Amino acid sequence: MGEIIANNKNTNLRTEEMVVQMGPQHPSTHGVLRLEVTLDGEIVTDVKPHIGYLHRCFEKQCEAMSNYQQVIPYLDRLDYIAAISMEWSYVLAVEKLLKIQLPERVEYIRVIMAELQRIASHIIAIGTYGLDMGAFTPFLFLMRDREMILDIFERTCGARLLYNYFWIGGLSHDVPLDFIDRTRQFCNKFKKTIVEVNNLLSYNEIFIKRTANVGVLPADVAINFATSGPVLRGSGVNWDLRRDDPYSIYDKFNWEVQVGKGERGILGDCWDRYMVRCREMEQSVKIIEQALNQIPEGDVKSAIPKRIRPNVGKMYVRTEAPRGELGIYLLSDGSTSPYRVKARSSCFVNLSVLPEISKGAMFADLVAIIGSIDIVLGEIDR
Amino acid sequence: MGLLDKHFEDRNIVITSVDGLMNWARLSSLWFMQFGLACCAIEMMAAGASHYDLDRFGVMPRATPRQADLMIVAGTVTIKMASRIKRLYDQMAEPRYVISMGSCSNCGGPYWEHGYHVLKGVDRVIPVDVYIPGCPPRPEALLEGIIKLQEKIRKHSLVEESGVKSSKS
Amino acid sequence: MVGEEILNILKEKFGKVIVNWKVKGVYNPYARIKPENIREVAFFLRENSHLQFDYLMCLSGVDLGKGMLGVVYHLNSISKKHRFTLKVDVTRENPNVPSVEMVWKTANWHEREVYDLFGINFLDHPDLRRILLPDDWDGYPLRKDYQVQEYYNGIKVPY
Repeated sequence: MGEIIANNKNTNLRTEEMVVQMGPQHPSTHGVLRLEVTLDGEIVTDVKPHIGYLHRCFEKQCEAMSNYQQVIPYLDRLDYIAAISMEWSYVLAVEKLLKIQLPERVEYIRVIMAELQRIASHIIAIGTYGLDMGAFTPFLFLMRDREMILDIFERTCGARLLYNYFWIGGLSHDVPLDFIDRTRQFCNKFKKTIVEVNNLLSYNEIFIKRTANVGVLPADVAINFATSGPVLRGSGVNWDLRRDDPYSIYDKFNWEVQVGKGERGILGDCWDRYMVRCREMEQSVKIIEQALNQIPEGDVKSAIPKRIRPNVGKMYVRTEAPRGELGIYLLSDGSTSPYRVKARSSCFVNLSVLPEISKGAMFADLVAIIGSIDIVLGEIDR
Repeated sequence: MGLLDKHFEDRNIVITSVDGLMNWARLSSLWFMQFGLACCAIEMMAAGASHYDLDRFGVMPRATPRQADLMIVAGTVTIKMASRIKRLYDQMAEPRYVISMGSCSNCGGPYWEHGYHVLKGVDRVIPVDVYIPGCPPRPEALLEGIIKLQEKIRKHSLVEESGVKSSKS
Repeated sequence: MVGEEILNILKEKFGKVIVNWKVKGVYNPYARIKPENIREVAFFLRENSHLQFDYLMCLSGVDLGKGMLGVVYHLNSISKKHRFTLKVDVTRENPNVPSVEMVWKTANWHEREVYDLFGINFLDHPDLRRILLPDDWDGYPLRKDYQVQEYYNGIKVPY
């Protein structure tokens, strides 16, 4: 719709372009992001994102650690909303360098925790997206369910948000005795919440009017900009690392990759990306229920090595975090401390697509577009 | 001392001091500026949601510093962000209070040793009233910090003692 | 396609610019290319119908020590589902590498980040400036010999 108004030039008013700073402190930028927006009236002609307001020197910090294990708490703080997924990439990289064979129980618990974390992360993404659009109620309903997930995590490893739970070769704690019952209870409750959210938000006329046909990202542009996760799948590209570059035991479960179909507008608009997240939550519940039925007994600490000293080598490993593909490039020089740890974050790359898709949109649509890309500044700035 | 302790029979008249009235008004409706920087912001959001309700303390989020009297610095402050924090603090109207939430804004947190771009404590740029430790602090810890700030405000006085500077600004 | 087959196709066209390679027994098979030719190799890898490397997963800088800096390109193909890695080495005195932003648009921000943290200069990049650190920061932090500055605009930097 922005394009229609922008092309309507049968007016001979002299206008000038205005530069507006959507500064680092803003309720809708999901963190400390600064946008320099060039406006022609209400139409956005250019957006320049400025990042780095949360650059916490993650890569230099890792090189200074004396131990591979000590890096894991810093990985939590990258994407703090989906901390488990951040830990998994790094732990997988070190385990591949050390050629460790994990017990099956560890793999099952890792999958369950990662899918619970995916649900928790999408809850925040959907809840705050509704908040940006002006809908306060879905946020409160969803946060109620998120507290149930955080309760399960707290009973397992003691922390609500930043866990340090995945250790190299295993886990820090085994799950408590009531874990399976509580998780099943949560899954049963959550299926009803998804129906509620769909009624309140997803198929709401006002929400559809604000997000359909806005911020359209064509598939070839998405691939050239190396986007990943729901941003890539929302444009119709059927690519999910859990199936296409497999790691762990995802092939034992029956689930489907959710792809945007252009149901309410052009394929690749904000509504498609949002709906991919909603449907992914349902698939995560499916995976968790299957894993709970199959989980074997075992010792989660039996494969943890006493001294972590990989051979000289390089390893690039990626996993599907809720926001996209997290890649860890690990260089080892044979000592007990890592030589170089590079985190290729999904949000950093997804955000670079913003200037491309917001040309011609209205200023209010910019908020909808940023929310649909779903950024977390901790991961962008590292 | 509660505000409604001394009252006459028909309960329409209340006696209190001006200090008591002003402090009660200020501490019962601390509107904070949404200033979530990093992980602690998620715990701040969780504290504002329905499980650990902040609204029952009169605490409400505002988007702009001009309408807020409390700034909760939640998250790591970097050197690039430090000048913006100073500017936002200057834009708040007095009486204004600052809560430093989390280890990173107290002293630099886990990044104190090797973080070249991290400001080692937000009190290097703005004065802080209450520090809340934790990484991240639980929502209950944030509630305790706000209650401690309320106790601090309760002890304020409008009249400055001679030789002692008021701790409000 | 496995790493060896990809390397053979690359050797047919660009045999002279490949410095060394390792494709057997490694999780990430790679080929080291001379810095001046990286852009043509990148175009070839994207356009060739057997390879179709349309997705640049990651572009990272490395401080290799002994006065050398490196850039590593991890490539992926969404249609063919195979991976490959390219490596480029430059000296500290002359850290110039042609930019591949014209091949994969995602390299725009990745190269800005490598410039910011390592000081490697990317030739013909449309907008090469610092991305994570402030514009007037001193030095390139991820180099191994980096010294933290004492003060930045009046703010004390170390603890």
